[in-house]
Amino acid sequence: MFDLTGKAALVTGASGGIGGAIARALHKQGATVTLSGTRAEALEALKASLGERAHVVAARMDDPADIDRLAKEAEAAMGGRLDILVNNAGITRDNISMRMKDEEWEKVLQVNLTGTFRLTRAAMRGMMKRRFGRVVNITSIVGVTGNPGQANYAAAKAGLIGMSKSLAQELASRGITVNCLAPGFIATPMTDVLTDDQKKAILGRVPADRLGTPEEIAAGVVYLASDEAAYVTGQTLHINGGMAMI
Amino acid sequence: MSDIAERVKKIVVEHLGVEAAQVKEEAKFIDDLGADSLDTVELVMAFEEEFGIEIPDDAAEKIQTVGDAIGFIKGTAKS
Repeated sequence: MFDLTGKAALVTGASGGIGGAIARALHKQGATVTLSGTRAEALEALKASLGERAHVVAARMDDPADIDRLAKEAEAAMGGRLDILVNNAGITRDNISMRMKDEEWEKVLQVNLTGTFRLTRAAMRGMMKRRFGRVVNITSIVGVTGNPGQANYAAAKAGLIGMSKSLAQELASRGITVNCLAPGFIATPMTDVLTDDQKKAILGRVPADRLGTPEEIAAGVVYLASDEAAYVTGQTLHINGGMAMI
Repeated sequence: MSDIAERVKKIVVEHLGVEAAQVKEEAKFIDDLGADSLDTVELVMAFEEEFGIEIPDDAAEKIQTVGDAIGFIKGTAKS
């Protein structure tokens, strides 16, 4: 089950903790992967550790021309195919709303929501022609529950869920599924910076009493990307140790 | 030039699964041939591929009948 041999996958934000684990998992299941992100060195290092069937196309998700180039170059690198798109790239600019600057709001929406839409739109054409596509948008638990200090991030992540449901309805008849995966608190460099007190406070809200691992998120992506998940579309898979049951 | 018309009609027949006799120049893709909005996008993509042209979005929106498609493609081929 969940064999991805012969499939071509593009993972954005692959230089991060979760994105890297997703790329590894897809690759392990047999997919050819293109790694994208802004940190070319980290992407090249990941590519080197994967060996064959791995490509790097660095790109900025706040630049429309760069996003179009990414879609084209990724397809070209993988023999003219793009079957699986994992929109994982995301940034945070946390601030309480009273102090949140327009730039902080706009940057987060631009990268996390608008960039994802643009890349997905660019990838759709080939997926429609081939009558197969898997789009997995990495959203967040805070897109559903909200989080103080993250009005911009929560809005963008909630936006991804609505966007995905719309795309899912537009594309279902063409063999393309569009789903979201919403991680809770996952152990990554992003959460390493939290203090012990902060971690303790977070874990108080997690029935599983531990942070999740990037591999546990990646396993969900593998499922949503698989042939077996052909009948799953417009859904949000929550992987959060029971932190929110929705 | 009639060759273009024949090729366009062939694509429409194949893509929409309609009878060749239905594919008249005045036939509207959506109203007469049962296409949905996504079908029209795919038809434009198929025309682009068949004729090696680019059909910009604003032009694509104006292509509503088989004749519109043939006319646009002929116009592009000339220029």
